[in-house]
Amino acid sequence: MTSSPAGTPAAPAVASSDKLRADGIGMAFERDGGSISVLEDINLSVRDGEFVCLLGPSGCGKSTILNIMAGFVAPTRGEVRIDGEVVSGPDPRRIFVFQERGVFPWLTVEGNIGFGLFQLAPAERQRRIAHYVALVGLQGFEKAYPRDLSGGMKQRVEVARALAVNPDMLFLDEPFGALDSITRLIMRSELLRIWEAERKTIIFVTHDIDEAVQLADRVIVMSARPARIQRIVSIDIPHPRDISSRHYLGLRDGILEAIGLAHKV
Amino acid sequence: MSVRYNISDERPSEPVSHPRYQRFDAVVRLLRPLSFVALLLIAWHVAVRLQKAPILPGPLAVGSGLIELARRGLLLKYVVASLFRVTWGYLAAAALGIPLGLSVGWYRRAELALNPWIQVLRPISPLAWIPIAILWFGVGDLTAIFLIFVASFLPLTVTAMNAVAIIPEVYVNVGRNFGLRRTALLYNVLYPAVMPQLVIGLRISLGIAWMVVVAAEMIAVNSGLGFMIVDARNAGNRYDLVVAGMVMIGIIGLLLDIGIRSLERVPSISWGYSDD
Repeated sequence: MTSSPAGTPAAPAVASSDKLRADGIGMAFERDGGSISVLEDINLSVRDGEFVCLLGPSGCGKSTILNIMAGFVAPTRGEVRIDGEVVSGPDPRRIFVFQERGVFPWLTVEGNIGFGLFQLAPAERQRRIAHYVALVGLQGFEKAYPRDLSGGMKQRVEVARALAVNPDMLFLDEPFGALDSITRLIMRSELLRIWEAERKTIIFVTHDIDEAVQLADRVIVMSARPARIQRIVSIDIPHPRDISSRHYLGLRDGILEAIGLAHKV
Repeated sequence: MSVRYNISDERPSEPVSHPRYQRFDAVVRLLRPLSFVALLLIAWHVAVRLQKAPILPGPLAVGSGLIELARRGLLLKYVVASLFRVTWGYLAAAALGIPLGLSVGWYRRAELALNPWIQVLRPISPLAWIPIAILWFGVGDLTAIFLIFVASFLPLTVTAMNAVAIIPEVYVNVGRNFGLRRTALLYNVLYPAVMPQLVIGLRISLGIAWMVVVAAEMIAVNSGLGFMIVDARNAGNRYDLVVAGMVMIGIIGLLLDIGIRSLERVPSISWGYSDD
């Protein structure tokens, strides 16, 4: 892992412990006869067990990167390798967590969390469901349908469903964007607790600078469309982070500066 | 967890009255439509009595007509005959039309190929098929069943097709992400996702099927409620039996609708109507 100097494009260090490597990813969409470039020359490597935030303005294409990494979309150029294999489609070892929209409305909390466990014996499946219901604090709501849950509870159902299949990677696409600020803070610390306990590799897309600096080992700052990696900032503060410390604020200001927003509000 | 959540209920619920009054409420809720029906029957009776020329038999004549049919054992026999035809025609249409619609909606290329055919066939009344049905199946049950099949097949196919087309992509992606392939994806994601739309389609086409069986029985067979109506008129202008047949058709149609509507309250289906 290297933290590249300000302003220069990232040159990822290629190490054998790389979980994920993106090489020269480019993406263009055909529209109205023309071709719109959304991503250009994305090179990135992520270590096993690392927590990486992709940070950028809305619509910059960071979700597209995540969709390419998860195998839902094929890139126009370049390739993504996970554990050395080229990604060619979605895989249960790497779960994509949508905002609460991905919860199935026709299944109960239990049914949703157990959705990926169809290969397990019923007893083991029940045990696993109960474990993850408790992990996300939804005891008592096992039989409830999503329509009776708040946004934060649905979000926790999604996270529990993803964790229940014991993936080694999680892709989170602005997972807490639709939540109120209190629930969002709780969910962030929940996610960190789970990440510290289970050490999964997490790639987390957000447009919230504070969220990125609070959570990530490294923040990948994206430029506006077509998205390029503008800067990679290592957040070398151990958890739990003191978000009023001088070092924290310095890193945060550095990111604001990279985006070109420092002290302008 | 440091924070406890309550079930968030932002939808306004009906005001709940004191338990002592709840049974009373239930009685009122039942009495209201019943008393309205009684009022209509009385109005019908009075209107017929005031009229000199026989335009319509009164409710009493119709009632005794129903009793007469029941005594002769025809009422039950004809109701069963009509329901038998609807059941088979409708089930065959559902068994073929729903999978066809789902796959056509899923594979865009199939939709491009089949959609023109569906759009041409759709405006043709199922009754226009009567001569062809008789040509193929002769006079008998099969003809009536075929007509019901024709009447409900296209609405079901089109509903299933459209329902698949509007499934949010995120559900399909979640299914694929958890490793579901073809059949499993169909049963665990596509099928439950389209159920709310499908139940509406099933309800509409059951109504159509029940209308078509009456018409089919007037022409193609010699039993059933449709036959009963034609037969009562032909065999001595028994208009009391004609109206008795109409009343039975209406009541059974209502019961079928209530039956299929109960599906709309199943929790794994009712989510699709939550924004009413």
